[in-house]
Amino acid sequence: MAFKPIATTRSATGILTAKLAVWWLLASEVVIFGGVLASYIMHRIGHPEWANYASHTNTMFGAINTMILLTSSLSAVLAHRAAELKDGKQAANLLLATVGGGAAFLCVKSIEWTGEINHGFTITANGFWSFYYTAAGIHGLHVIAGMILMIWVSMSARKNEELHRVELVGIYWHFVDLVWIFLFPLLYIAK
Amino acid sequence: MADAHHAAHDDHGHGEHHVHPQSHYVKVWGALMVLFFISVLGPMIGIKIVTLITAFGIAIVKASMVVKYFMHLDVEKRIVHYFLAISLAFMFLFFFAVAPDVMNHEGRNWKNVAAQHAVEAGLAAGDGHGGHGGGHEGGEAPAHEAGEAPAHEGGEH
Amino acid sequence: MSEAHQIDGHHGHDAHGHHEPTFLEKYIFPLDHKYIGMQYMLTGMVMALFGGFFAYSFRMQLAFPGISVPGFGIVSPTEYNALVTNHGSVMIFWVAMPVLIAAFGNFLIPLMIGADDMVFPKLNRLSYQVFLLSCIVLGISWIVPGGGFGGAWTSYPPLSANGDYSMTPLGSSLWLTAVALEFAAFLIGGINFITTAMNSRAPGMKAKDVPMTVWMICIASIMFMASVGPLIAGAIMLLFDQQLGTGFFDWKRGSDPVLWQHLFWFFGHPEVYVVLLPATGFVAEIITVFARKKLFGYQTILYTAIGTGALSFFVWAHHQFVAGIDPRMANIFTITTVLISIPIAEMMFLYIATLYGGSIRFQTPMLWALGFIFEFLIGGVTGIFLGASGADIYFHDTYFVVAHFHYTFFPIAFIGTFAAATYWFPKMFGRMMNETLGRIHFWGTIIPVNFIFIPLFITGAAGQHRRIYNYNHFPDVSTPDLQTLNIVATVSLVILLCFQTVFLFNFFWSMWRGPKAPANPWKANTLEWQAPSPPPHGNFPPDNMPVVYRGPYEYSVPGREDDYWPQNQPN
Repeated sequence: MAFKPIATTRSATGILTAKLAVWWLLASEVVIFGGVLASYIMHRIGHPEWANYASHTNTMFGAINTMILLTSSLSAVLAHRAAELKDGKQAANLLLATVGGGAAFLCVKSIEWTGEINHGFTITANGFWSFYYTAAGIHGLHVIAGMILMIWVSMSARKNEELHRVELVGIYWHFVDLVWIFLFPLLYIAK
Repeated sequence: MADAHHAAHDDHGHGEHHVHPQSHYVKVWGALMVLFFISVLGPMIGIKIVTLITAFGIAIVKASMVVKYFMHLDVEKRIVHYFLAISLAFMFLFFFAVAPDVMNHEGRNWKNVAAQHAVEAGLAAGDGHGGHGGGHEGGEAPAHEAGEAPAHEGGEH
Repeated sequence: MSEAHQIDGHHGHDAHGHHEPTFLEKYIFPLDHKYIGMQYMLTGMVMALFGGFFAYSFRMQLAFPGISVPGFGIVSPTEYNALVTNHGSVMIFWVAMPVLIAAFGNFLIPLMIGADDMVFPKLNRLSYQVFLLSCIVLGISWIVPGGGFGGAWTSYPPLSANGDYSMTPLGSSLWLTAVALEFAAFLIGGINFITTAMNSRAPGMKAKDVPMTVWMICIASIMFMASVGPLIAGAIMLLFDQQLGTGFFDWKRGSDPVLWQHLFWFFGHPEVYVVLLPATGFVAEIITVFARKKLFGYQTILYTAIGTGALSFFVWAHHQFVAGIDPRMANIFTITTVLISIPIAEMMFLYIATLYGGSIRFQTPMLWALGFIFEFLIGGVTGIFLGASGADIYFHDTYFVVAHFHYTFFPIAFIGTFAAATYWFPKMFGRMMNETLGRIHFWGTIIPVNFIFIPLFITGAAGQHRRIYNYNHFPDVSTPDLQTLNIVATVSLVILLCFQTVFLFNFFWSMWRGPKAPANPWKANTLEWQAPSPPPHGNFPPDNMPVVYRGPYEYSVPGREDDYWPQNQPN
């Protein structure tokens, strides 16, 4: 399995191939989230009554989750720094801390959603709640994917192998954070 | 194999020979947190325009900080900026070309009767405590009012 | 093959030279881009047989309403809808995309840029596996209770969103899942293509030395990535509408079904150009080789391709002129739609200019390439009628539209594929195809296709609507004359399908029994012809990877003995 094509080692643009692929991935993700958020925003502006529905979201849960994600982004970038300093063990630990942040985010989310569903705010309640669960749900899937990737990367990083992957998974994680930075005001603050 | 990666890395000048100190990232994080608190506190002033600025203006500032300092886009090759910008531009293109149809409920020679009903019914029912499943009031009412009317009532044609 | 193994063994290719890959490793789970490309191609061919069979079944119903179609039986109205829907989706998503972009992209990009493989071989394999899964899910959707999805390939709500309307609650969700999986496969594949072409070019290969095919496939992949996002988002929303009962596109709950149309066509229109551009890339390659002349205006062709690609993002609402969009938007989209004909027509002119003064060889690939230009021209010109919002109000949803987009898609998906398949066949399998059978197949395809779709222009202009199960129920738009035209179209389709067996026979017979092909049978310049036929694993000797000295289209250079000048020859 040690097979590496010569193609992989070339870099005509001067950007690491894997990193170039991550940027392209993010470019496609921007449009995916762009589709959901643009649809949401145009409905939200066109339907003033959604402000009433939105007033039932819990800003506190949203705020806690924002703090968790911002902090996990910090540990992800520190993991990248450790990887640059060739400290694979430190990088792996910081990545696992980031995974912990992701897990905390999902825990808060599940407590929040359980409460809301119990109050009757289900995905079918009305347009606002449909978008609320769909947008946050797609984002949540990205959080889960990021956590799985980071666990995988941390395992090789601990052995000081493939350290460049720490940065790549970090870039992805920052993007997940970025999406939340916009989801937070869209779903929680603007009421 | 690993050498090739480092070669590629050094090539574009960011990597081994310039590692930011830990405090640099902690400072950025601190700034992000301060901005975050402003965005949470913004709505408490109760002026709509201030809320919009503190919510979305600050989100943009935060996003650009994350992109610049955490994702290191500032030292990335220019081509990456281009294709990310194109992606963002398409997002805006989609919004601005679709919004005239979907965001507005009325235009030249057309009216989206169903949507207008939904807004009226939602505002009437949901005032203050549209909580107990606002969708049902917002949903069912226009259904029989609008009857079989198509979502978009065509104008002349 | 023996030559291939010799080279492989001789240089002891890095990791793989050490052990002979098993059958499973080589053909079922390959990492080699060439085999993944062939997997895509064969899967696409199988799906094309399904698509063709569907077309045959519903065309028979239209020509001879109510008869028991040989091989299918009596077509019920629900089955008719499912056949039309799945014919469209199969031909676009499961034939044009995998064959034009994935099969030829996989096979050609590494060879043409002088690399030994894709940059991410495992992702490449994953991309095919996800694609295969999408084929299986689609196949299941045809046989579940209720039958296959019948809401047209555009899948407009409320018909698609509500099981009570579509009467295929399960089929529609499976169809949507299959489409979403297919998109995932092509996102993975597309990122691989773009990164490979951006980063792994042979030393010395500048942007202007990249063969047109690689450019076109990359531009197409970028367009696909940039346009498919809203539809992925929309597919999730529509799936929730179908299965969870949300109301994203439900007008009763204040939402707007037109939003789906925007989400769909924001992708759907660039998609047309996503499949068009690779086909034009193949045609460029073939025309210049068989005219023995430098491609006229390399840079201009590139700019027209980029211009077409960029403009194609600004035209999507021309599919929605009568869907209730604001008339002011319709004006804007009419202008952009008419504008897009400029770059694409420019590209066709440049191809014709390449022919001027060349010493043209009418071998099978060249016939297909010229056929592409001819047929696509008709498709393009009739598009002007539909792009003008005023005329479109009359033509919308008639057979005129059907004839128009088949005049674009048939050249793209089939003529383009046949051109590329006959041209690169020697490289893929190391054997030559039969020239006579190739010509029989060419004329047996190109004549009937015009007799299928020219009658449909007429029935469409006479007002026949495209989604009618039986025209006898609509005496005011169905006269015996029009019915005759419908029969002509159907009979031509049957003839066309019969002639495809010639191709299938030629393809599979030549694969094993054809005469052995030399490395460079067409005397072409691009790097794939400098590798052995078929190329071994790793394509080029690892210690002697090609270095590029010049552009790909230096044919008949004055003062040279040969009329071609391979890119990797120092002088």
